[in-house]
Amino acid sequence: MKRMYKVVIPGDFISEDVNRAGEGTYIEEGKVYAMRYGVVDEKDEIKVVPFVGKYQPAKGDVVIGRITEISFPYWIVDIASPYEARLHMSEVTSGGKKRVEFGSMHTYLDIDDLIVAKVTNTDAMMRIDLGLMEDFQLGGDGRLITIPYTKVPRIIGRKGSMIRMLKEKCNCFIFVAKNGRIWIRGKEEDMSLASEVILMIANEAHTSGLTDRVADFLDSYRSKMVKIGNKGLKR
Amino acid sequence: MKEEGIELIKDGKRLDGRGFDELRPIKIEVGVLKRADGSCYFELGDNKVIAAVYGPREMHPRHAQDAKMAVLKYRYNMAPFSVDERKRPGPDRRSVEISKVSREALEPVIIKEFYPKTEIDVYVEILQSDAGTRTAGINAASIALADAGIPMKDLVSSVAVGKIDGEVVLDLNAVEDNYGEADMPIAMIARRNTITALQMDGRMTKDEFEKGLKLAMNACQQIYELQRTALIERYSEM
Repeated sequence: MKRMYKVVIPGDFISEDVNRAGEGTYIEEGKVYAMRYGVVDEKDEIKVVPFVGKYQPAKGDVVIGRITEISFPYWIVDIASPYEARLHMSEVTSGGKKRVEFGSMHTYLDIDDLIVAKVTNTDAMMRIDLGLMEDFQLGGDGRLITIPYTKVPRIIGRKGSMIRMLKEKCNCFIFVAKNGRIWIRGKEEDMSLASEVILMIANEAHTSGLTDRVADFLDSYRSKMVKIGNKGLKR
Repeated sequence: MKEEGIELIKDGKRLDGRGFDELRPIKIEVGVLKRADGSCYFELGDNKVIAAVYGPREMHPRHAQDAKMAVLKYRYNMAPFSVDERKRPGPDRRSVEISKVSREALEPVIIKEFYPKTEIDVYVEILQSDAGTRTAGINAASIALADAGIPMKDLVSSVAVGKIDGEVVLDLNAVEDNYGEADMPIAMIARRNTITALQMDGRMTKDEFEKGLKLAMNACQQIYELQRTALIERYSEM
């Protein structure tokens, strides 16, 4: 049986315990109300986890970005947020030791390239600075899928249980970034399975017992595969 | 217009058989547009309205950005085929006014400080019109905003009251609107009884006004319940 978390809409009364009020709530006249359309999570503090929303960059987040523009000495990066981020040239040229000629930035990173980056700084002007991670470049044989950023914790699961299972059973490399972008690399049919399961998790993120259900799904899928043989499952 | 002699009330009932304090049937569907961040289809009798919300997203033109908060934009637009006589497409004096009023009806509930320098776009398309489209539009937009995950304090509900054949009635339809004496659309935060928009076209006495306001408050309460149910049910049937 799928058990549901409690769904709330903006303005719903949640609790009188003002001290535990967390994200997605607001306090009025000594009571906690929902600020967003989502599910209530009361584990340690009272939060409302929205179903969807726009990613708000925070310092330290690791995100997957796409280069949209080269504007010397910055790359402008789309990070699936209302704000565009920027990556300084020196991030690529190991602190400016190498000299980059004006107009040759595209030889390092070109428009539409995907990168893994960490948000190093944000300010009140909503300028977002990025720093590159090791193995920052994504490309080639992988696949990028996008889910609402609010569902990233569900994909990872408690102490990483869900993502560990996914990686193991789908036989894929899976990287989940804070902004809801997910990079999958593996064999073609494995990637298809992984992205299907990830979208399923995102769609059912508001129900409980999800890890078990996903495990069942993956097991039954694998046993079907064995029956059909090496031709793969026709869908 | 009364001299044309259309009888709007017969045997204590209105032309469409409703009582004085009765709403037209309402149908709500949430999340009807795949590419929008939030959307809602709303029917109020013969009014058919669709609302789409995009954002918060980067605001253009840049000089119109607000460094402290998001900017709400609202466009009310009537489809050329939404009325009996073809409406000339595009914005006109009436729809510009309704857009402004509707935006101001929704602004008090939206918490805009979370996304500075961005814009939130609300597009309300009237597919079929039978008087009361601005109220239907506000109801739909309010749901679509919640569906888009916009931080809000509450939902806004809206309804019109008016005066026909000397009686104060709820939720006028097109005939009643055209041949009646007054029309008063109201938007409010139903659970707090806070009015966020009120317009009036025609004349009513102070007593009639107060009677109408009471009718509208009750109706907004009903509409709020329907809005709430539509949103909650969207994620409960899995």
